[in-house]
Amino acid sequence: MHKIKVAVIGPGNIGTDLMYKIFRSPNLEMAMMCGIVESEGIRRAAGLGVKTSTDGVYAAVAEPEIKIVFDATGAAPHLKHAPLLRQAGKVAIDLTPAAVGPYCVPCVNLDRLQQLDNINMVTCGGQATIPIVHAVGRVAGAAYAEIVACIASKSAGPGTRANMDEFTETTSKAIEVVGGADKGKAIIVLNPAEPPLMMTNTITVRVKDPSVGLEAITDSVNRIVAEVKQYVPGYTLRVPPMMEGDKVTAIVQIEGQGDFLPAYSGNLDIINSAAVAAAENIASRLLEKGDA
Amino acid sequence: MKKQKVHVVDTTLRDGSHAMRHNFGVEQVSVITKGLDRCGISMIELSHGDGLGGASYTYGFSKISEFDLLRAAGEQVGDAILTALLLPGIGTIADLEQAYDCGARAVRVATHITEADVSAQHILAAKHLNMMAVGFLMLSHMSEPKAIAEEAKKMESYGADYINLADSAGHLLPNDVRRRIKAVRDAVSIPVGFHAHNNLAMAMANSLAAVEEGASYIDATLCGLGAGAGNAQVEVLAGVLQMAGFETGLNFYGLMDLAQEVVQPILQRPQIIDSGALIGGYAGVYSSFLLHVYAAAEQFELEPRDILVELGRRHMVGGQEDMIIDVAYQLSQSKSTSR
Repeated sequence: MHKIKVAVIGPGNIGTDLMYKIFRSPNLEMAMMCGIVESEGIRRAAGLGVKTSTDGVYAAVAEPEIKIVFDATGAAPHLKHAPLLRQAGKVAIDLTPAAVGPYCVPCVNLDRLQQLDNINMVTCGGQATIPIVHAVGRVAGAAYAEIVACIASKSAGPGTRANMDEFTETTSKAIEVVGGADKGKAIIVLNPAEPPLMMTNTITVRVKDPSVGLEAITDSVNRIVAEVKQYVPGYTLRVPPMMEGDKVTAIVQIEGQGDFLPAYSGNLDIINSAAVAAAENIASRLLEKGDA
Repeated sequence: MKKQKVHVVDTTLRDGSHAMRHNFGVEQVSVITKGLDRCGISMIELSHGDGLGGASYTYGFSKISEFDLLRAAGEQVGDAILTALLLPGIGTIADLEQAYDCGARAVRVATHITEADVSAQHILAAKHLNMMAVGFLMLSHMSEPKAIAEEAKKMESYGADYINLADSAGHLLPNDVRRRIKAVRDAVSIPVGFHAHNNLAMAMANSLAAVEEGASYIDATLCGLGAGAGNAQVEVLAGVLQMAGFETGLNFYGLMDLAQEVVQPILQRPQIIDSGALIGGYAGVYSSFLLHVYAAAEQFELEPRDILVELGRRHMVGGQEDMIIDVAYQLSQSKSTSR
């Protein structure tokens, strides 16, 4: 089977974990790891036989065979990378908070986005909770949706720590734009317990039509959990939907696949898994078109 | 010898908001703020109990928006500094700016005791607004003095004007408080404060231990109104600090009258150490979980103490009220399978 060549920019924890996931992909080929300096991440990729470069985005742009580029740098660099990648005809999968392109949560809206050349993967908390908001909302309507994401302190990197508002504000907005809630609210808590806790997320929705009933809501939630599980194997419903009046609560947990990052880093696993799932979907379309 | 000055920070309208289930009204806030200001309180903290932006399913919705309450308080303050609490991850800089517009001139940026680095963004934003910024470290029983000092130093480096250690679970004993205050005082060049909870009846003893160790800001509330078993009772603190030879500038009788005449009549439940509050303190559980635990215990037909002990065993931290439902659900599942 043909594969679509992809590059990863940003050889940090996220980028390296992405690389391992791409290795497993049936239709993506890990063609290049790009950084801006010699680093542990660059050396690791080279050691695994991946072509590397310290020319950053320019190395990926210069390679015509590369069709999809994952950007695992930061918001400011991605703002510079996005127009360069677009000019070079690459599809950008943006894992930074820059959000140049629309938010993508694969099981919810990838079908509508697969023609675009830049999609943003929201946040880890968004990937974990928006499917549930959507599942509840599509059967009962969502007037308000609130999520609490708890991640192990050890899996919150310096970028997250320096800008907690970016997480809460981006996730809140995506709960509305992608999840379909009229109003969204996101909360993030870091927990330093040892051994580190698995990422858990609580989703609470004020539904518009409680008469739909718990059974229909639970059925919709179970279906979406099965869909997410296809690209995030460790995604599980810890507490199934519970209903009190118009309030529906459910809790999900994510155990990471332990590719590069430990299993408790379900937060990093889910955003990376979602990014790879989106890329695979786009790759299938390119392969059908005979672009490869 | 000149008496050591202690600034008393009143948090009736913030920590007390937990005990009021976030039901403070505009008139109550106006009267309490005016009274506190006249009684010599240095800082008056007001926001949702979980800080700005806390109004939610998880922590409880506010009857009146904290911004409307801040505005009402802002009209009453004279010398006292109107202060908001902000937990990064819950509140945002946008919330802080709105609080400033409503009259807040100080913010206490609160993080878990090991996570000071998430406060940098908000402390910086506060300084940019020309606000006083306080680095507030929660659940200080969950870390050792040396490590706490390192976290305090980070907050100092971001621009904090003082460091406040919170015994959010009411778990510390006076010697534990002394060691922590001393470690932080030795590490930073800014003042240090302390925030007590009364779950083990140590709020007053711990507050006194803190000032004796050199803390110069102490949190307290009228009638001790606050999460869990409540906080150090401000009218008592006024008397105790005076007896112990500290300068507070507080009006002792005025605070007693405010507590008796204004706060006592509006209490929704007695501010006492009931068994849930006691177990919370003993097991080291964040005090504001208590009323949510009682609600979950009723919903799932469980013993509240079992939920609290499990929350303590899981090392849940401030802001994880959502996990009360998780614990209650898991306990109810194991109860039904063992039947």
